[in-house]
Parts: sequence; structure tokens; C-alpha cells
Amino acid sequence: MSDTTLPAVPRDIAPMLLVPALMLAMLPFVGSLPTWATLTVAGLAMGMMIFIMSSGLTLVFGLMDVLNFGHGAFVSVGAFAATLVLAPMRGWMEADSLLANLGALGLAVLLAMLVTAILGWAFERLIVMPVYGQHLKQILITMGGMIVVEQLIGVLWGPEHVPMPLPTALRGSILLGDFAIEKYRLLAVAVGLVVFVALVLVLNRTKLGLLIRAGVENGEMVEALGYRIRRLFVAVFAAGSALAGLGGVMWGLYKETLTASMGAEVMVMVFITVIIGGLGSVSGCFIGALLMALATNYTGFLAPKLALVSHIVLMIAVLLWRPAGLMRK
Amino acid sequence: MTEALLTLSGVHTHIGEYHILQGVDLAVPRGGLTVLLGRNGAGKSTTLRTIIGLWKPSRGNIRFAGRDIGGMATPSIAQGGIAYVPESMAVFSALTVRENLYLAARSGPMDTARLEWIFSFFPALKKFWNHPAGNLSGGQKQMVAIARAIIEPRELLLVDEPTKGLAPAIIQSLAEAFRQLKDSNTTVLLVEQNFNFVRRLGDSVAVMDDGRIVHAGAMAELAQDRSLQERLLGLALDSHQ
Repeated sequence: MSDTTLPAVPRDIAPMLLVPALMLAMLPFVGSLPTWATLTVAGLAMGMMIFIMSSGLTLVFGLMDVLNFGHGAFVSVGAFAATLVLAPMRGWMEADSLLANLGALGLAVLLAMLVTAILGWAFERLIVMPVYGQHLKQILITMGGMIVVEQLIGVLWGPEHVPMPLPTALRGSILLGDFAIEKYRLLAVAVGLVVFVALVLVLNRTKLGLLIRAGVENGEMVEALGYRIRRLFVAVFAAGSALAGLGGVMWGLYKETLTASMGAEVMVMVFITVIIGGLGSVSGCFIGALLMALATNYTGFLAPKLALVSHIVLMIAVLLWRPAGLMRK
Repeated sequence: MTEALLTLSGVHTHIGEYHILQGVDLAVPRGGLTVLLGRNGAGKSTTLRTIIGLWKPSRGNIRFAGRDIGGMATPSIAQGGIAYVPESMAVFSALTVRENLYLAARSGPMDTARLEWIFSFFPALKKFWNHPAGNLSGGQKQMVAIARAIIEPRELLLVDEPTKGLAPAIIQSLAEAFRQLKDSNTTVLLVEQNFNFVRRLGDSVAVMDDGRIVHAGAMAELAQDRSLQERLLGLALDSHQ
């Protein structure tokens, strides 16, 4: 047996430096500090919302090896479910009280997460379970599932766009000197950070989190230790769906209008985020989402014609550097 | 005659279109170390994986401690008292040594006395307690895998080729661990190809070929019978000493 001390565990800080590096690198190109700050905060807010929508999918990918192309359905359902609370509580939403606004939003988020968790559980039982280990069938059937859910939303809410206005206290901007920062974007950043910290704590500080991380690496061995990984799979699927529901509410408020296909429309960004971050890595997903949103915003400002391809260029660059994603070992 | 803790009767296992186990009959006596020998592809690992439920037997019976476990789900089999150390070790490399063992301690906090007992034959684990298991050497990973299987008392320990690719010094540590396990009255079913490693450890032995048990008996008998070794294993022990 070797008696030598192991070298100190190297901390993989390079991916963590990418976000601040990108932000700083863009400052001279943007030129104006207030414009840069506005673009940066907008990018961070958008990134946080994409992270919330993607975090569940990366766990489902990593833990269950399921290519869930229907994840966007939970985004749409979450947003539409929230309207069931927000419409009757319009008075609270339009009140000048931040507390009343947040109270209505909190209830809407709770309902959205509950509905999407239940939908996720049913989706896993009925649609995903028969096709475990069969990727092509997973893609086809989950896309089919999403189409069915979109059509059901159309039946229930009609084909028109459904408005989802911001609550009164979250409209407008906060002025910090020359900087104007939209209030809702600050809320999105705060919610994203809370979700990220909560996920990191659960994954690293609890037995459930250890089981999820172990299951991502070797589900068979987790079973051989006596844990029923199928139940864990279902719980993670439902939790991931609930996070997508929360993301749907945040995204809906950001766009202030809902369509049945809103989830499908963000899926390209969600998939790129998951791939950039490394399948199964919440930290990678967080960094990937911020990178992608910031890159989109900066490119949109500096070279609008290239904005549409910025996601793909970013993904190619990351995968050339780290073929398994930023944080995947 | 010692009572059998585990019995396989006419067990067949198919993996896809391949018929791997073709009627395995095996009895593992309680409290001893039984060695399963055989050439590559004989079906040894499949036998262990079938016992722990990772492959389902297509025919036959598997009885453990008086209960029929053939076809049961892996977690239920593990909860019933069987621990498994796969050939690949399968340590959770992103988790620390402590976290690997903590997960295996299903019934609550790790027993400090038992942990110290494990450290007595695997001191490296104490040293690298908070290091990611993925950073350890192959031998140290094997120690984590075995420690994980015995962090709580189990009635039966299934171990698949623990010495594969390891340095002689580490193999000695593993031998000491198995001696301690025998002393603690843990029943072990050990798959090995390294006959020198197991000939002094094993109480009983079974030899597999083409998915069947072709010999079963006392290890002492096989260790002393050179012609039997040559016939069953294709080796002369003297040339391996």
C-alpha cells in the first residue's frame, strides 16, 4: 500500500472564472459603463431563469440517462398554472404593496411547482418508464408528450396569447447613478441564486443529495447498497419538473405573455446549457446558463446579426475545450 | 456438515441472446470463505450478479438464509443481508471516502468501533478519509469498495476478483482483510483467478466452466492435488510459487 500523501485535491476553478472573465472582457467592447451594466444584469437575470429551467433536466439526464425532449412542457404548464392564482388575485398583483405582490407571486409559484411536480410524476410513469435505455424512443415519445401537453393547454386556455403582467412593485427600474436596473431582473437573479444554493446544499450536505450524485455516477451500485433508485428517479424527475414549472413562471413574467409553445421555444437554450455544463452537473448548468445568456446579450448589442448563432458558437468552443462539458469529470 | 447460507439450484441466466449460466448448482456454507474459480468467461461474475439481482435468473432457485431471493429486486436482496463488491470496484469517484462509506451505512450513523476495525487492516482509508475516492490508487479504491460492503455487518459478502491488477503489497492487505472477515464469522463468496491468493484463505472451492459448476469441495483438497489443479484450472501450483 502506498504510504505517500495524496496531493491536495485540485479545485477546478477555470470554469468558475469564465463568467467574470467574459463580463470583464466585454467591457471595453461595449464602451459605456452604464450600457455594459444594463446588458450584464439583463444577461445574469436571463441566465438565472434558464438555469432554473435547466437544472432539473441536467439531473434527469445525468441520473436517469433520459433524453427528455418534453421538458419544455413543464415550463409551459408551470406558467399557465400560475395564471390560475394570479388572475383571481389581480387585486394583490396591482396593489402598491411589495408584500402583497410577492404574496400573490409566491402562491402562484407554489401552485405551479405542485402542478408540474404531479405532471412530472405522471409523465415519468406513463411516458418515460417504458422507454428507459432506449434513447431514440425517448426522444420521440417525450416530444410527443410535449405536443399533447401543448395542445391540452390550447384546449384549456384557448389559442390566444395569455397576458401575464408583472406586479406593480416589480415594474420599472432602480436607478443607481447612471445605471438603470430593472426590478424584476434583480428578483430573477435573487431567485436563481436561492435555487442554486439550495440545490448545491441538498446535493452536497444531505444523504439524499449524496444518493443522487452517486446515482448519476453508478445507479447499479446504489441499488446494490440497498437503495431503491427507481423511487429516487421518480422523485428527481418530479422535482426537476417542479423547477421547470418555477422557471416557467419566471420566464412568463419576464416575457409578460404566455403561449402554449413557450416551453418548446426555450428548449434549445436549455439543452445547450445542459450540454455546456456537463450532464448531471448543477454547478456546470449554472455556469453554462450564465455564459450563454451573457454571450447572447453582448452579441445582440455588438453584432446583432450574430446573436442567433452565439449559443452554438459558445457550445462548440466549450466542447472543444472540455468535450464532456464544463464540470463533468 | 456446515449448513449452507446460500444455495443455487439449477440456475440459468440469459443476457440478451447469450445463455451464460447453464444450470449452476452451488452451496455456500455459513461462516466460511468459499472461492469460485474458473477461466475468463466461465460465468463467475454473472453468478455473483445473478445472486445480487443485477441479472435475473431465467430458471432455477436461489435461496439465501432460508428465503427464495431469485428474481427479487437488487435493493431487497441487499437489504436482506448481502453485500456486493463488483470487479470494477464501482466506488463513487466524486464522493469522498467518508461519503462512500456513509452511503453504505443504511441503518444510521457509522459505527465507530467497526470503522476502527476496518481502519486496522485498511489504514489508508483513515488517511484519505476526506479525499474524493476517484483520486485514490486502484488498490485504495478496492479497499473503499470492500470497506463499503462491510461498514455494517452483512451475512454474506460477494466479492468479484479483488486482486485484479493490484500490486503484491496491496494483495497482502486484502488477504489480511479477508482473514479478519473470516474471524468475524462473515460468510464470503469470493470470485478469483489468483489461485495463490485464495488457496490459504478459502475453506471451500467451486470451479466453473461454460456456465456450470464442474467441481466443488474443500479448498485444502484442491490445494494439495496437483493433477486436479491441472485438470480444472490448467495450472501447476508449483510454477506459480
